[in-house]
Amino acid sequence: MDFEFIREQTPLYIEAAKLTLHMAVIGVLLAIVVGLVCSMIKYFRIPVLRQIVECYIELSRNTPLLIQLFFLYFGLPKIGIVLSSEQCAITGLTFLGGSYMAEAFRSGLDNVPPIQVESALSLGMSKSQVFTNIILPQAVSNSIPAFCANAIFLIKETSVFSAVALADLMFVTKDLIGIYYKTDEALFMLVIAYLIILLPISLICSFVERRVRYAEYGD
Amino acid sequence: MGQPILEVEHLKKSYVNNVPILDDVSFSLQKGEVVVIVGPSGCGKSTFLRCINRLEEIDTGVLKLNGVSYEKEKKNISKVREKIGMVFQSYDLFPNMTILNNLLLAPMKVQKRNKEEVKKEAEQLLDRVGLLDKKDNYPRQLSGGQKQRVAIVRAMLMHPEIMLLDEITAALDPEMVREVLQVVLELAKTGMTMLIVTHEMEFARSVADRVIFMDKGNIVEENTPEQFFDNPETDRAKQFLNSFHYETVKK
Repeated sequence: MDFEFIREQTPLYIEAAKLTLHMAVIGVLLAIVVGLVCSMIKYFRIPVLRQIVECYIELSRNTPLLIQLFFLYFGLPKIGIVLSSEQCAITGLTFLGGSYMAEAFRSGLDNVPPIQVESALSLGMSKSQVFTNIILPQAVSNSIPAFCANAIFLIKETSVFSAVALADLMFVTKDLIGIYYKTDEALFMLVIAYLIILLPISLICSFVERRVRYAEYGD
Repeated sequence: MGQPILEVEHLKKSYVNNVPILDDVSFSLQKGEVVVIVGPSGCGKSTFLRCINRLEEIDTGVLKLNGVSYEKEKKNISKVREKIGMVFQSYDLFPNMTILNNLLLAPMKVQKRNKEEVKKEAEQLLDRVGLLDKKDNYPRQLSGGQKQRVAIVRAMLMHPEIMLLDEITAALDPEMVREVLQVVLELAKTGMTMLIVTHEMEFARSVADRVIFMDKGNIVEENTPEQFFDNPETDRAKQFLNSFHYETVKK
């Protein structure tokens, strides 16, 4: 292992890691927004929109991110829509993550026991009061573990961004291997970089998950 | 007798397959009266209570509270439910709120009452059921019996005109049943109008002004508790009550 090489290339990795993290954070946040909107549409069974959401979720979950990115990057220009690498990456990640977040939140909503709704109704609360005061808070804490798992999954998925010429961690690594043939060093740094990004997030997630345990049911 | 507080006329309700679960039930409840409904599982007792506060939609029939019918009410059904408190079999406290917040939520959100005023009343009632020291705990830290006592207090804080109790001790360990039923007895003494579904026959006898025996979606017998438990009129009721007795095994 050539540690001198690792030292020299570290700034390059830091830049790439910043880019990866930047894309991932925007993608995950947008995915959460899309997910919330989609799950609400499904939960309230809004006609027409619900079928559209249904199609979107199936399409998004059953195609690989790489193919989605190719479609955005190479396909869309054919019909005159040209997106930059960054725009493609964020759109792709949001498109993929939105469906996963939607399903996570929907199962959180479905797991609020009917008795909770009934007892709130029998206290004279209106449907909208029941939703905001009873269903929503419980659904959010129900779905926190799935949200966290999805966030980590999406951050890892950013490793395919190099396919649309985005200088992320994977891109830099492949570049260095191509130029210097320092395969071991480059891959080693790649793994370390992902760990540095993901470990703290994973720890924060388990902390948050512990905090929301208060909403557990049963005795 | 004045006007009944609650009237049910020719209530019919069926689930899928048109199997009637309630088949032409008529019933009325006077102010201050405690009526206990007993009957075998699946006879429609719980559905009957749930129809009364419209958690279940009825097929046909009339429901009246203080002479005003509300079976078709859509928008203002929550106004009716405010006056009809209900406690369920399974612990239905909101798990993400402390005991005190469980109690304050509906009076503050629905009735827009002043927080301090409700809080004072909530603490008084909690004290009366012996749970004041639990007010800042979460429901999961309480036993089943304690949770049910809180659920009763929560319903009482809305100042309902009628309380519906749906097998509130059925999911409890035997030694916790008494602490909950004691609270109900206290309520009865204060003149609360109640409609109670229970399998605790001794409790039914001591709390009831009137006992209703239901079977297969119908009211089969209506009687005073003394008459019903000692000398039931119908064979079906006799058969039902016998199922609570065991023959002594002689060896």
